[in-house]
Amino acid sequence: MITAERKPIQEIMNLVSPYKNLLLVGCNECVTVCSAGGRKEVALLSSALQVAFMKSGRIVHIQEMTLERQCDPEYIEQLVPHIDSVDAVLSLACGCGVQEIARRFKEKMVFPGVNTKFMGASERPGVWAERCQGCGDCLLGVTGGICPIARCSKRLQNGPCGGSSKGKCEIGPDVDCAWQLIWDRLKALGLQERYETLLPAKNWRNGRGGGPRKIVREDLM
Amino acid sequence: MEDFEPVIVAFCCHYCAYTAADMAGSLRLCYPPNVKIIRVPCSGKVDTIHLMQAIKGGADGVYVAGCLEGDCHFKSGNAKAARRVVYAKRLLNDVGIEPERIEMIMMSAGMGERFAATAEEFTAKIRGMGPNPVKLMRATAIRDPHNVSPAHKESAAV
Ligand code: SF4
Ligand code: SF4
Repeated sequence: MITAERKPIQEIMNLVSPYKNLLLVGCNECVTVCSAGGRKEVALLSSALQVAFMKSGRIVHIQEMTLERQCDPEYIEQLVPHIDSVDAVLSLACGCGVQEIARRFKEKMVFPGVNTKFMGASERPGVWAERCQGCGDCLLGVTGGICPIARCSKRLQNGPCGGSSKGKCEIGPDVDCAWQLIWDRLKALGLQERYETLLPAKNWRNGRGGGPRKIVREDLM
Repeated sequence: MEDFEPVIVAFCCHYCAYTAADMAGSLRLCYPPNVKIIRVPCSGKVDTIHLMQAIKGGADGVYVAGCLEGDCHFKSGNAKAARRVVYAKRLLNDVGIEPERIEMIMMSAGMGERFAATAEEFTAKIRGMGPNPVKLMRATAIRDPHNVSPAHKESAAV
């Protein structure tokens, strides 16, 4: 999923303080799963903001809505009946959702209420960790299902580096060394010989190095 | 302000605090009528949103009363509630409201006296803190629905 974290309340207040009528829009997908921008977080932020504004002597009207997905134009259309009655939109979706709203409603200011973080997985309740950087040329098939791009601090393709110690990465005692994980996994799979094969230099143009990317599927057009 | 009587919302777990409230009743113990009890099946049912909505709605103080540590009927509901109370306190702090307006309290079903004493102490504490600032604003808003207090009129433009 795409993970996100709510921005500090004060920052959000600074963003929206010139407005009196806000549309606070959540998204039912990734940000719901990582508890940053679903229906519940919309309600929570709405009450927190209203309390904060009332405390400073203002009433701000906040309409709450949570779309099935904010990164799909058909769902964004559901905002049409509400958009004229508000001064600005505060979105709790990832950056994709915020931009879709901005693209659809050219005359309306839209603000992000969360910081979009990374593509990750839930390790246990309340903990999410980075797992993929969308490099565009997946290596998991040769690294035993553990991503060296997202999980090795140096994105080494042939690790580990000299900083790997007792299974941990040199950047911090809480960070697993991805290459230790890869080695352990290959060993468990009986595929140690794979480790001997050097991976060639990666073509970073498949990732962000090649500029903004697009997927085009003519069969679906 | 002298005649200020706080409104307190108490989310009480069915298996302990609510039963303790019953017990307080049977023992004919007095506790302040300020405390409005909401019975929940487990304190773990109480979410941060309920706490925040209570404050937004004008409650001067809110507490969650769950079972004693390790005694939750559903294993860990009280521990979860305690963590949500901490989160709600942090949120209150972020929006400039005293975090002490929300508390977690633990007691067993047999603690009728503790229930009454807690209600008494919490009400006294909140009485000392004065009204929830939101309540004052709500009252103004009801008088003037287009409310924007004069001091803030300019900042509320658009
Ligand atoms: S190798 Fe690339 S696509 Fe595969 S998980 Fe890692 S970053 Fe993602
Ligand atoms: S210690 Fe391991 S994870 Fe950290 S940079 Fe070196 S190889 Fe990568």
